[in-house]
Amino acid sequence: MDDNSSSLHPARPVLEAPDIKRVLTRIAHEIVERAKGADDVVLLGIPTRGVFLARRLAAKLEEITGSAIPVGSLDITMYRDDLRLGPARTLAHTEIPAEGVDGRLIVLVDDVLYSGRTIRAALDALGDIGRPRAVQLAVLVDRGHRELPIRADYVGKNLPTSQRETVKVQLTEEDGHDGVLLGTRASESEHAEGSTRLRRGTAPAG
Amino acid sequence: MKRHLISAADLTRDDAVLILDTAEEMARFADRPIKKLPTLRGRTIVNLFFEDSTRTRISFEAAAKRLSADVINFSAKGSSVSKGESLKDTALTLEAMGADAVVIRHGDSGAPHRLATSGWIGGSVVNAGDGTHEHPTQALLDAFTMRRRLVGEEGAALDGRRITIVGDILHSRVARSNVHLLSTLGAHVTLVAPPTLVPIGVESWPCEVSYDLDAVLTKSDAVMMLRVQRERMNAAFFPTEREYARRYGLDGERMARMPEQAIVMHPGPMNRGMEITAEVADSPRCTAVEQVANGVSIRMAVMYLLLGGSEPALSREDTAHPSPAATPDGGAARRRVAEENN
Repeated sequence: MDDNSSSLHPARPVLEAPDIKRVLTRIAHEIVERAKGADDVVLLGIPTRGVFLARRLAAKLEEITGSAIPVGSLDITMYRDDLRLGPARTLAHTEIPAEGVDGRLIVLVDDVLYSGRTIRAALDALGDIGRPRAVQLAVLVDRGHRELPIRADYVGKNLPTSQRETVKVQLTEEDGHDGVLLGTRASESEHAEGSTRLRRGTAPAG
Repeated sequence: MKRHLISAADLTRDDAVLILDTAEEMARFADRPIKKLPTLRGRTIVNLFFEDSTRTRISFEAAAKRLSADVINFSAKGSSVSKGESLKDTALTLEAMGADAVVIRHGDSGAPHRLATSGWIGGSVVNAGDGTHEHPTQALLDAFTMRRRLVGEEGAALDGRRITIVGDILHSRVARSNVHLLSTLGAHVTLVAPPTLVPIGVESWPCEVSYDLDAVLTKSDAVMMLRVQRERMNAAFFPTEREYARRYGLDGERMARMPEQAIVMHPGPMNRGMEITAEVADSPRCTAVEQVANGVSIRMAVMYLLLGGSEPALSREDTAHPSPAATPDGGAARRRVAEENN
């Protein structure tokens, strides 16, 4: 959201820094529990914020299991279904750990789960890289409004929202501090928001 | 918004760095077992080649295919062009077939510009070399190779690097495009050639000119050797090939006087024994083969940025809607767009 609209519709914090920390600790434990030890787990974050969350999760997993967990990033830009709805997008890094993905348990990590289209794209991207034993999904916030049959295996916080609302995840690595903000989208007649909407197309992609 | 890539001079510094960074990501896909991306599925790219070319056409074809575009190769030999069809009628035919982009190589300088501005076709036009004018994707892949070898940092330009381009500047579209692009990227360019092979009006180019290779060599981070274009030599530009090789050719002894990290580049095809000796061509300092590999990544990046969205991502200084990358707050704007698509 741009500053103008957020001042008109003040965003409300729904998770603070300590909450995010606790949530990630819990998800890390859940991963270890479900994977019975996390021996073959590889974490792949979806840029931008998913990558930072994946790194934090990897650190937690290392604390719990005592061994290093491979962590990387998976850019899904080239696999998006809404590329033609806006100008060509800047690509982000894809970095697959040296261990590869074949036969591994891949945990995709993203900040917000919304329409499910990002995860659909991530599954396609992953399929071109190799054949994992299984793929799971960890998200910090699940805000609902799925447009595809996709669900998360690990959810930090279920956040029922209306589509008029916005969810903004802020992480220290990118934004200087941790937090999740719930705001309201400014009315679409507003010029600034109108141009932003034009740029991102009509379908939300997350 | 810019829809075409006709001249390296049209690219802003932000555009050029964006293309190099995008190519860096494309290069990573080349290491995968499946080197194909679905991004340009359903788009049609026509390679319209009026002049002979091996590596450029294959490179554009490989780039388009890796992005899942449909590729139609059109070479003037054996086509209706040899029966006298004009560029306009060829263009109208391609338009009727629904080409989203036309990659054109033509013997006449300005043919791609004519194609792009005539209104004959609605798609993007990419210049793959026109006469002695420009060859922008070659300059981009050269800059990409230099950035990898000399800077090694993404997001960076070539500020302060000293690049020497040696040989047939007069007939070289590669040299023209490189001078524009490299100076846009902050490099210091020196052209070295016999006076007969230096074009008229070179004083207005953003570069220096020297006739003495040995004086410049020791102060070069990269030395680009150009092919002596015999097919365009319709006059006596130098006395003998042996004399040219002696004064302007790069041999092992000359290469040894270059700074330790300096690289030797060649756009190909090489005339071994003429502008470059086999010893230099086969040395690890010569990046000729690397340049070919980088060419595919660069062309993928250009195709993606021109065709990957509803409108191209490259800006133009006179545009009414600057791209996010061109605004002072570009990073933040781009981040904002990314965020909203979570």
